[in-house]
Amino acid sequence: MTSVTISVNGTSQARQVEPRLLLVHFLRETLGLTGTHVGCDTSQCGACTVLLDGEAVKSCSLFAVQADGRSVTTIEGLAKDGKLHPMQEGFWEKHGLQCGFCTPGMIISACQILERNPNPSEAEIRRGLEGNMCRCTGYANIVKAVQHAAGNMADRGAR
Amino acid sequence: MAATERLFGSSIKRREDPRLITGKGVYVDDVKLPATTYASFVRSPHAHARIKAIDSSAARKLPGVVAVYTGKELSAGGVKSLPVGWLLPNIKLPPHLPLAVDRARYMGDAVAVVIAESPYVARDAADLVDVDYEPLPVVTDAVRATEAGAPKLHDEAPDNVSFRWSLGDKDKTDAAFRGAARVVKEHFVNHRLIPNAIEPRAALASANPATGEITLWVTTQNPHVHRLLMAAFVLGIPEHKLRVISPDVGGGFGSKIFVYPEECVVTWASRALGRPVKWTAERRESFMTDAHGRDHQTDAEMALDADGHILGLRVKSTVNLGAYLSLFAPSVPTYLYGTLLAGAYRTPAIHVEVTGAFTNTTPVDAYRGAGRPEACYVVERMVDLAAKELGVDPVELRRRNFIAPEQFPYQTPVAVMYDSGNYTAALDKALEILNYGAFRREQDKLRQQGRYLGVGFSTYVEACGLAPSQVAGALGAQAGLYESATVRVHPTGKVTVFTGSHSHGQGHETTFAQVAADELGLPMEDIEIVHGDTAQVPFGMGTYGSRSGPVGGAAIYMGLQKIKDKGKKIAAHLLEASENDVVYEGGKFSVKGSPNRSKTFGDVALMAYLAHNLPKGLEPGLEAISFFDPGNFVFPFGTHIAVVEVERETGKVKLVRYIAVDDLGRVINPMIVDGMVQGGIVQGVAQALWEEAIYDENGQLVTGSMMNYALPRADDVVTPELARTETPTPVNPLGVKGAGETGTIASTAAVANAVVDALAPFGIKHLDMPFTPGRVWEAIRSSGR
Repeated sequence: MTSVTISVNGTSQARQVEPRLLLVHFLRETLGLTGTHVGCDTSQCGACTVLLDGEAVKSCSLFAVQADGRSVTTIEGLAKDGKLHPMQEGFWEKHGLQCGFCTPGMIISACQILERNPNPSEAEIRRGLEGNMCRCTGYANIVKAVQHAAGNMADRGAR
Repeated sequence: MAATERLFGSSIKRREDPRLITGKGVYVDDVKLPATTYASFVRSPHAHARIKAIDSSAARKLPGVVAVYTGKELSAGGVKSLPVGWLLPNIKLPPHLPLAVDRARYMGDAVAVVIAESPYVARDAADLVDVDYEPLPVVTDAVRATEAGAPKLHDEAPDNVSFRWSLGDKDKTDAAFRGAARVVKEHFVNHRLIPNAIEPRAALASANPATGEITLWVTTQNPHVHRLLMAAFVLGIPEHKLRVISPDVGGGFGSKIFVYPEECVVTWASRALGRPVKWTAERRESFMTDAHGRDHQTDAEMALDADGHILGLRVKSTVNLGAYLSLFAPSVPTYLYGTLLAGAYRTPAIHVEVTGAFTNTTPVDAYRGAGRPEACYVVERMVDLAAKELGVDPVELRRRNFIAPEQFPYQTPVAVMYDSGNYTAALDKALEILNYGAFRREQDKLRQQGRYLGVGFSTYVEACGLAPSQVAGALGAQAGLYESATVRVHPTGKVTVFTGSHSHGQGHETTFAQVAADELGLPMEDIEIVHGDTAQVPFGMGTYGSRSGPVGGAAIYMGLQKIKDKGKKIAAHLLEASENDVVYEGGKFSVKGSPNRSKTFGDVALMAYLAHNLPKGLEPGLEAISFFDPGNFVFPFGTHIAVVEVERETGKVKLVRYIAVDDLGRVINPMIVDGMVQGGIVQGVAQALWEEAIYDENGQLVTGSMMNYALPRADDVVTPELARTETPTPVNPLGVKGAGETGTIASTAAVANAVVDALAPFGIKHLDMPFTPGRVWEAIRSSGR
């Protein structure tokens, strides 16, 4: 067992973990943050996407020990003070989800897109979502959700 | 209480979303119980092999391993074959044991299970189970499986044939061909697909040895069906002692209808161990073991007169069933396929023959559309081929053969009676969006510049809400096809509606609340929709075949009428009026003509439970259960148009535009329906362009992960342009048809027709899907043009 200290959604979490424990299982099983999902085990589907030091990563392809001393944001950490993040609002407003399973990873990736480019074109959004698969929506409303969030975030000047 | 605005027809934001966008949904793998153990399955790496011996001693020695079970132990423990839910005449039903005994018949067939204190240990131990296999000859192709000398899978089906089935008037069809001016023939391969719901299947069973009760959380589209079949057929446990909970479920597309080995094994093991047992599929297991879809090989012939009127259609399909019969496998390529071969056309004579064959591949069952996409593909490709042969525009040939609006209800020659339709209206609307004339001019112009655009049409008809139960039963269904709803009014006037259908993305918690709020004149906040728990919902057939709205929604509507009827009796008594004089509107019971003499819904609900002053003989309480068994299917229809561009140098096909005009009857929530249509379209487009399950000659699934099975990504597709016409159905009181599968049913054929249209300058009349760059490039190259 190895000691890790990972800041998760702003809270420092010190735990003993098996060296082979995947970051996604650390979040889901050790911390009980089940909003981050496992869809494919091979880093294609993106359901497990979280932010690691602000960078979108696939938590099924990292060991928890690789996140030692670093900071992780999961879907549970996006809403602040009971107020949804504009990207969450966008997904709700534009019906960017159906079964909801890909949604947490999709929202995290979409946040990263706007982080890098506050005003992306449709093509840029679609390219930015390449690492996240959705089987329900056909992506059309996910694109609209990201556009909606981009508009709102620009209006509020909050990013 | 003010009369609320009508919610039916409004794009209300979904009530399920706040939990799902904040990571607070609860899917099966999110459920945590104390002392849980974890299952990992040992699966055959061979497509066909005799199991000579299983040595699990090394696995058992690994610290943390709780148990290892093989098929022999399960059989000794009373575990029986998985059931088949639809029987056909003379069908061969070889057993399908949850863990194979003696012989594995496809790559991934489970032969043992390891149960351990952690999922990591379970996986480690599964690798230590030593299975001595003797590989056997393999057959993966359905036609090849039916030929002499093919490897045999089951003693019960010595020719590998499970069933031969036919529908339609053969003599009449033969006569139509004799009298035909033109006959068009083609061979079609409708290739195999892998569903890939993004949530992998999962099951968590928790047996309580003290009470004998078992709770099973499982990713199912139909929890009551799961309970009934597992209890009565597989495990032999009393139905009332098994509770099945299907919480948030991450997509189904058919693949979560069926009873699979894994949930049976963990349920049995939980009883054996007295501890919870959990299994969550790894994606490689989803690829190997979720029931696959399609896999038809078809010869079709269409007879036409000189004016382009279709006279007859003859279809012979050999369909791949995989290694075992999955739950509804017999119904998909027969009654859900043959009955849709009339399409939107007045074809007077149709005959279809289907042979269902076993092969050493994953079992095949219903996958979004289930039989209907295969039928639509055959019909719509044949119409295009006929148009080409006759030199008639494909739109014109369709128009010439459409069933006219005044011909409904329309009896087809393949057993079904279409409820309602106006096919020309949908076509006209779609053509207008496309601007067809301008498109053809542009296409000509670009061809001269070496750019190859194509347009493809799919003027589909599909069938949802399979019904009525009596007819389905006569055709072989081993289940009823009604839906149940219970409306429970609480003493404060708040309402819980329990539906037997199940939402795994469809948004029932929103749409069904819209229906209930409208009928009761209450705000949506006063209404809760409950689904997915056999302990709460009395009974249900679940969600598949686009049945939730037309059958499940209608059941709720019927239950609400019963509530209003009883409410009127109570209100009339309280208002000292005749029941016939009481009207219910805007959440109030009032006396006709004297709107001030009224009682609110809440007043009446309270009195129903106080029971201090009820009409003589009336039972207290305000609750109703309804079972709605529709008199017929409903038949959505529409026109889908795909525009593609083929790059000559690479063979790459790009989807340029996609237009869909659907007629789904009345629409409860347009936003939700658009979402389902969009997603369905992309799933069907993906079959035409990218997705294909491929086995090699040894029966190895070559496309066994998301790395080599081409699921569509955001930048592969365009936003579909959607519109609707609205022809209500008389089949249910809501006037709704189904919306979940139309996109998938229509779009594959539309894209296929578009690609072939784009390739017309190369003299290409047909090409099998998927239109991967290599395949298209090769076809262009071989054309020599």
